[in-house]
Parts: sequence; C-alpha cells; structure tokens
Amino acid sequence: MYVAVKGGERAIENAHAWLAEERRGDTSVAELSVAQIREQLSLAVNRVMAEGSLYDPDLAALAIKQARGDLIEAIFLIRAYRTTLPRFGASEPVETGEMVCDRRISATFKDAPGGQVLGPTFDYTHRLLDFKLAAEGEVPEAPEGEAKGGPVPHITGFLNREGLIQTEDESDATPPDLTREPMELPASRALRLQSLTRGDEGFVLGMAYSTQRGYARNHAFVGELRIGTVEVEMEVPELGFAIDIGEITLTECETVNQFKGSKTEPPQFTRGYGLVFGQTERKAISMALVDRALRWKELGEDDQGAPAQDEEFVLMHADNIQATGFLEHIKLPHYVDFQSELELVRKLRREAEGQEAREAAE
Amino acid sequence: MNEYNFAYLDEQTKRMIRRAILKGLAIPGYQVPFASREMPMPYGWGTGGVQVSAATLVPEDRMKVIDQGADDTTNAVSIRKFFERTAGVETTEETGRATLIQTRHRIPEETLTEDQILVYQVPIPEPLRFLEPRETETRKMHSLEEYGLMHVKLYEDISQHGAIATSYAYPVKVEERYVMDPSPIPKFDNPKMEMAAIQLFGAGREQRIYALPPWCEVVSLDFEDHPFEPSKAEHECDLCGAEDSYLDEVIVDDAGGRMFVCSDTDYCRGRRAAGHVGAQGVPYEEGAA
Repeated sequence: MYVAVKGGERAIENAHAWLAEERRGDTSVAELSVAQIREQLSLAVNRVMAEGSLYDPDLAALAIKQARGDLIEAIFLIRAYRTTLPRFGASEPVETGEMVCDRRISATFKDAPGGQVLGPTFDYTHRLLDFKLAAEGEVPEAPEGEAKGGPVPHITGFLNREGLIQTEDESDATPPDLTREPMELPASRALRLQSLTRGDEGFVLGMAYSTQRGYARNHAFVGELRIGTVEVEMEVPELGFAIDIGEITLTECETVNQFKGSKTEPPQFTRGYGLVFGQTERKAISMALVDRALRWKELGEDDQGAPAQDEEFVLMHADNIQATGFLEHIKLPHYVDFQSELELVRKLRREAEGQEAREAAE
Repeated sequence: MNEYNFAYLDEQTKRMIRRAILKGLAIPGYQVPFASREMPMPYGWGTGGVQVSAATLVPEDRMKVIDQGADDTTNAVSIRKFFERTAGVETTEETGRATLIQTRHRIPEETLTEDQILVYQVPIPEPLRFLEPRETETRKMHSLEEYGLMHVKLYEDISQHGAIATSYAYPVKVEERYVMDPSPIPKFDNPKMEMAAIQLFGAGREQRIYALPPWCEVVSLDFEDHPFEPSKAEHECDLCGAEDSYLDEVIVDDAGGRMFVCSDTDYCRGRRAAGHVGAQGVPYEEGAA
C-alpha cells in the first residue's frame, strides 16, 4: 500500500542540523573566528561587500563563515539582511580625487603628479605555493616610507585639459536606485554602473574579456587604477550641513579607450569607468571595460551585435543572486508540470503511431 | 523573530507592493514593475509570492501554502514556517479554512470563495518571453496588443504535432486585452481562473506583479477548429477515487508499476475523510498519512 511521502518538515530540520555540523568541520581543529576571516581573507570579504551592496566587513566575514566559504551564498546572506535595514538617507557623492591611496597606478603615463604607488598587489609575485605558510603565517614587518599626503589628481584630468578625452556631462540629478526601483530599460549610465558594480565578478570579467578578444573591441588602457579610503559625508537635516560619518575603501578604475570618432563625435579618447567597494581591482577593471562597451549608442558607434554591447543581455544576467536562485530552483519539485508534459508526449506519440499505421495500411 | 517587522518586510516596502497590487487589479493581466526586495529565500523559490503575501497578510489571516498542490512539499513547508515565524499568523492545510493561499504550480480543487486570496509564485511572468527574449520588445508588443507571434507559435504547434504542444503555463487572454502567463499551472487548472477569489501573481526576480480581480474573464488561447482542452491523466485517484482532480503519477516499484494520486493533498484527505476509497486506498483514519 502506497503512503504519500510526508515529513518534509522534519527532513528540513535534520538537513539544517547536518549542514551546521558540516560547516563546523572536524571539531579537533580550532574554530575560525569572524575576526580571522575579516583580517586574513579580506579580499573575499571585499567581494562579499561589493556584490552584497553593503559596506560592513564584520557582517561580510560572518556571512562567509556561515556560508562555509561559498561567496555567492555569503553575498546572498548580506543582500537578504540588507533588505531589512531602514534607510536613513543618502550620503553626499564621495570625492575619489581626495582618496588616501594605498595603490595608484597608471598604464598610460610613466609618471604623473601623485606618483605611481604599487601598494599591496599580487601583480609581480611569482605564483609559487609558499609552503612556509602551511606551517606558520607570521611575516616580517614591511618597510615603511613617509606618506606623500595631499590630493592625488585623476590622470584623465590631464588629458581633459588638452580636450583629448571626451568630457562627461555634469549633472546634479539624483541617480536612480537599483535597489529601490525596478530596473527600467533602456537604462541610464548611472543605472548600468550600479548594476555592474554589484554584478557577479566572474560574469563581468567574462564580458570584459570578450571585448578584449574582439566582441566589440574598444581597446582599453588603464588610465588609472586607484585603491584607498575616502570619507563619506552626509548632510544631517537637523544640522543643515554635511558631517563625516565614516570612511570606506574603494577601488576606482578609469580606462582610456581609443576612439577614431563617429558620425556624432570627433576623434578623441573615451572612457570606461569602474568603482567598487573594497580592494577589488579585477572587478573594477572589468566593470570599466563593460561600461565602455555599453556606451556604443551615446558615442554613435556601430552595434556590432556583441554580447557586451547588449545592455539588456548584460544587465539582466549580471546579478549572481538572481541567477543562482533561478538556476537552482529547478531542484524544486516540478512533478505537476512534468505530469502534464508526460501526458502530452504520450498523446502526441499515440497520434504519430496512429498516423504511421494509417499510412502503412494505405 | 520579533526583531523583524510583521511579515518581515518594512511598512514602506509593503506600501510600495500594495500600490503595485492595486494597479494590477485595476488593469487585469498587465505586468506592473515593482522594486522587488532580496528575501531570505532564493530568487526562483517564490520570492515574488512571498512579497505579495507579506504585503497582503493581516494578523487575523489564516494562511495555507502549497507547492505542486501539496502542503507538505519541502518548499511549501519552508514558506509556511517563514510566515509562522515572521507574521505569527495561524496556518492551515484546509483549503476552505484559509483566507490567503500561496501556491506554486496549482489551483486548489475546492472552489475558492470571495473571502479568499490566491497568491501565485511566478518564475517568468512574460508569456511572450520564449518567443522574444527582450523585455524592451515584449513590453512594446503588449502595449500595441501585438500578439500575432503567439498565435503563430500555437498554429505551428498544430501544424507540426496536430495539437497545441503546451501543457502547462498555457497562455490566457484577460478581459480581451492582455495575454497573460498563468504561471506554470497545468492547463487543467486554466478554466478555474474565472473565480470568486482575488488572484495575485508575484514574480520577484523579474520584478513584476499582476492580478485578476474576482470573476475576471480569462480565456485560454485557442482556435475555433482546435479548441482549448484542459487535460489530466485518464484515471481516477487510487487513494480517494476522485475522477475530477488533477493527478500525480507515482512510480511504486522498479518494474514500472505506478499509481495515480490527487496532486491536491487536502482535497484527497477531505474525500477520504468523507468515506471515499480509491482502488488502492484504505479507509481513512484521523492522523494517519
């Protein structure tokens, strides 16, 4: 006698308990602290903050711990938590020209005011597994120099003076907010940039890479890449002026792209722009390349039909929380739909067989 | 979990969703964009339905959650628990006692009343999506009432297969205006959509809400010479003997043996409690599975 499967509730509870045990792993190995993750896995923390759209290293570290190191799962935890936070207001625009830079490089000029600062980068490390780290992670102190101080001007500003780079229209309009209004297409550049900065690093990287390989090639130079802290100011209505409410680390990338001119624009350099929470330079550079590819319409370029030029394709598929949810939902029961498909296929087969039999008889 | 607002979402967000619902009710079948929030369950797992339910629930509500017609499928259990915890509302498995029913892929067999709201979880709200992937294009097609593409698709089905090869998420036309996706319910359920209850459709990932007010005209697309046919397995329920309910096919042994049971578990339970016994059923006992 068949008994319908029951007990979903108990199965779920037991699965959760097992999951918690697996997350902890072997209990004879010391447990990870949130502070350890925050300090020692900081690039993972940065990615979670960037794609989770919430700047809070402690919460991001907690999410990584809870997600067993699955960063998309951690981003999801942060996004879900973010939903519950009340919104007090909006900050003033941050001034990246006044960034206190840990790293600042330009690929277009050998030197420039403010200098080239390599900062803490993997760039010139040899990717050899360091077996010493397996035993102990203590490092000698890095040598320190005198900080230069003073603002570090943007490289593209120098090109601007000669009129060699296309100027962006200035606007004080309040940008649309992707997290508070539904995405509307065609999207403004502000909305596109919001979508890209929280978009999946792998997806944005893949899109950027495709432009380099000829799918809407826009030959980008890294005009400037800078990583550092900026102050966040907010105007408090009761005070009537803006006050500092904290500082955040940002990665900013401006690309300088070759441009031979179009029907509407003279020959000049054009820009792509990337701005991402934390030290996240792969993402910031990718974002700048994709931003530039998506600007074909406003610059009067041809639509080459490349994926990276296709705003709807890029923006509707960049979000890994949307993507992973929809992808994984096919694990859910679909037996009602499948049943109706079964009946349809059986019916069509019966009809096809009947047809064949009739033809054979004729 | 009293650190969260009633039904999880803050009041501002609920107001935004309610505005979208009201607009949807005013323009039946029209997809209203709304600023969907990230919920604590994944997109694609009912976040649209959950947000619509959260914005619609009041503390006096009695809620029922079904997935594939059943109250005890894992995701239905999970969503029901979510509302038990965040809204503290009473829940029930009995269709007749529920004031708000959230569903995935089915309409309950029992006729719903004007005191009830049916909330659907919708994966892809756009009925034209698989004919035209671009939102910018499909919105234009809706506004121009340009549904030729859909008719051509249905016609091609008939010319290739002799029948319309869509068995679930079968497109409907609402009040002679909008072509609408009924969500992936089997086409067996389509005729039930002209009902007394309010029907609300939430698509979280796609940021769309649409709605059907009570007794709205909902016509499944067809042709005069190929009329729409709701279909189900030609069988009766092996547990309760029902001939009029949608059936799941269950494989019972490795020799390909199978049986058919009601997909609507509450309907089946109700019939067995009333003394109906199917071919393989046993008399109903309170508390037994």
